[in-house]
Amino acid sequence: MSTEIDIAGVVRRFGPHTVLNDVNLAVRPGELLALLGPSGSGKTTLLRLIAGLDQPDAGSIKIDRADTLHAHPKERGVGFVFQHYALFRHMSVFENIAFSLRIRKAPKPEVTARVNELLKLIQLETLAGRYPAQLSGGQRQRVALARALASQPRVLLLDEPFGALDAVVRRDLRRWLRQLHEEMNITTIFVTHDQEEAFDLADRVVIMNAGKIVQQGTPIEIYQTPTNAFVHEFLGESNVLPAVIRDGNVFAMSGFPLGAASAPDGEVTAYIRPHHVVPIANPEGAWRVQRIAATGAHARVTLGRNGLTIEAAMTADALLDSQLAPEKNADASFTGGTLFGKDGEGRIRLLSVVNPSSVVSEAALP
Amino acid sequence: MAVKNILIAVALAFMTLFLVLPLIIVFSEALSAGIGTYFNALIDPNVADAIYLTLVIAAVAVPANLIFGIMASWCIAKFDFVGRNVLITLIDLPFSISPVIAGLLEVLLFGLNGLFGGWLSDHNIQIIFALPGMILATTFVTFPFVAREVIPLAQEQGNDEEEAAVTLGAGGLQIFFRISLPKLRWGLFYGVLLCNARAMGEFGAVSVVSGKIFGQTDTLSLAVESLYESYEIQAAFAVASLLALLALLTLVLKAALEWRHRDEIHAVRRKRST
Repeated sequence: MSTEIDIAGVVRRFGPHTVLNDVNLAVRPGELLALLGPSGSGKTTLLRLIAGLDQPDAGSIKIDRADTLHAHPKERGVGFVFQHYALFRHMSVFENIAFSLRIRKAPKPEVTARVNELLKLIQLETLAGRYPAQLSGGQRQRVALARALASQPRVLLLDEPFGALDAVVRRDLRRWLRQLHEEMNITTIFVTHDQEEAFDLADRVVIMNAGKIVQQGTPIEIYQTPTNAFVHEFLGESNVLPAVIRDGNVFAMSGFPLGAASAPDGEVTAYIRPHHVVPIANPEGAWRVQRIAATGAHARVTLGRNGLTIEAAMTADALLDSQLAPEKNADASFTGGTLFGKDGEGRIRLLSVVNPSSVVSEAALP
Repeated sequence: MAVKNILIAVALAFMTLFLVLPLIIVFSEALSAGIGTYFNALIDPNVADAIYLTLVIAAVAVPANLIFGIMASWCIAKFDFVGRNVLITLIDLPFSISPVIAGLLEVLLFGLNGLFGGWLSDHNIQIIFALPGMILATTFVTFPFVAREVIPLAQEQGNDEEEAAVTLGAGGLQIFFRISLPKLRWGLFYGVLLCNARAMGEFGAVSVVSGKIFGQTDTLSLAVESLYESYEIQAAFAVASLLALLALLTLVLKAALEWRHRDEIHAVRRKRST
């Protein structure tokens, strides 16, 4: 049976700074949960509180319904993988993994058997005698994981597990970790500031900002219905345009229509992702193509109008068909977007209105 | 190319003049009257006493400074407290103060007319012109050696591994003996070697507090002086050769251990790459 964690009303202050401010979170048994947020949002602090490396100023953390306040890390059954691995530099790979077993005075044959089993799991059987400094980043990462798993923890905590690795190793390890989690079904929480990593790996994502949980849900839920402007912006780039709603129509402040919204009149801010901007080549168009950048399968088009610039994203194929060219004019339509109030809250969906005067070719749609 | 060769030549000439030549002279003078006289000078009861005294002083001063060095590095590297920088500066004090002043200070404190002199003589405790004073002086002078070697290492290594050990279930003592201490062991080892060499060779401070009673409060380095001043040149050099041998032994020991554990030293010293 997998372990659940219940975090209620947790507050942590460092001097005058409130790093965690009334955090409530229920971690379900066996789930792979991502804590996602910018640096300084308190996600690592929360992880350290769960591990018992730090104590909350208020609130409670329960692991399998037992309060952990004052419980030594030893009693919590938590495995922790540090951002920079924190491998014991004066011990071989074997001894690093064996550490928690030796601390618990496990019999020698048992230690050897368990360490060998883990070495096999992380595919480093041949490097058991090496020192951490003689390993690559990805190998160190796997040793750190094996070390954390050695004493069969109930919960696995990972702090920026792939932060220090290059892109290819990162992708491989991510898949491997996902697979490992499916095999072992151990409740796992990892911290990351990389939105793509969180969405790719986690069952559920918790977004943190300034010491608070802003939103939690499955990757799709969060991407489709971001709770406020912070989450929307954090999940990917947007064109941010001051806008106004008049009789169900939405206009950019500089005067052109963006689409429709079923909301009362008022000033809002429109967040439109580049792939929701569809430029159409038109010599009479109001926008001017300033720049086209193609990066492999994708292309970005920068459009300008009266000092305002917006970015559009499309496939490279669609770009070829579109006949867009730098310093030529174009029209732009918006196939979607999100509106937030001036305070960044109160999400309203921006509905696209097909401009009858423009002909949108099928190929140009993202 | 020419410049490089000239620089190498200058460096070699300098080394020969200041390091190799004195060493050769010490040994050649010590053995000038034959090997028998050499050993006779060393088994002289007064010299034997000096050897014994030197060993006793080092045996107290070095462990004391080893323990102090570990504690200081622990405090300074792991905690941030008021007076931390003052402590770091204080540790360097014995380096910047002349040993003679250090000895004099001790006389002013513990001497018959010193601050605690009256109380000490009332209780029949003798520090100045006796072993306790010499140990104190040596400990003071060799105070920074271990700490200076270990503190930067401890600061560079940080706290991560200790925290990892906590999450793996280790308690305070287990962390200290299995993680913190082994992590620092090469720094400690160099510190102890240097500290020991200096403790055995210390002259200035010990000279002031010892009273130089030949055969009683003489260390090896003091014996060299007293023998030389009483025109027993060959005996003086024989004793000096012992100190020179100690220095050579220290170097050989250091090099041998570095060579034997080169893989591990390399692994421990290399900074984590990201």
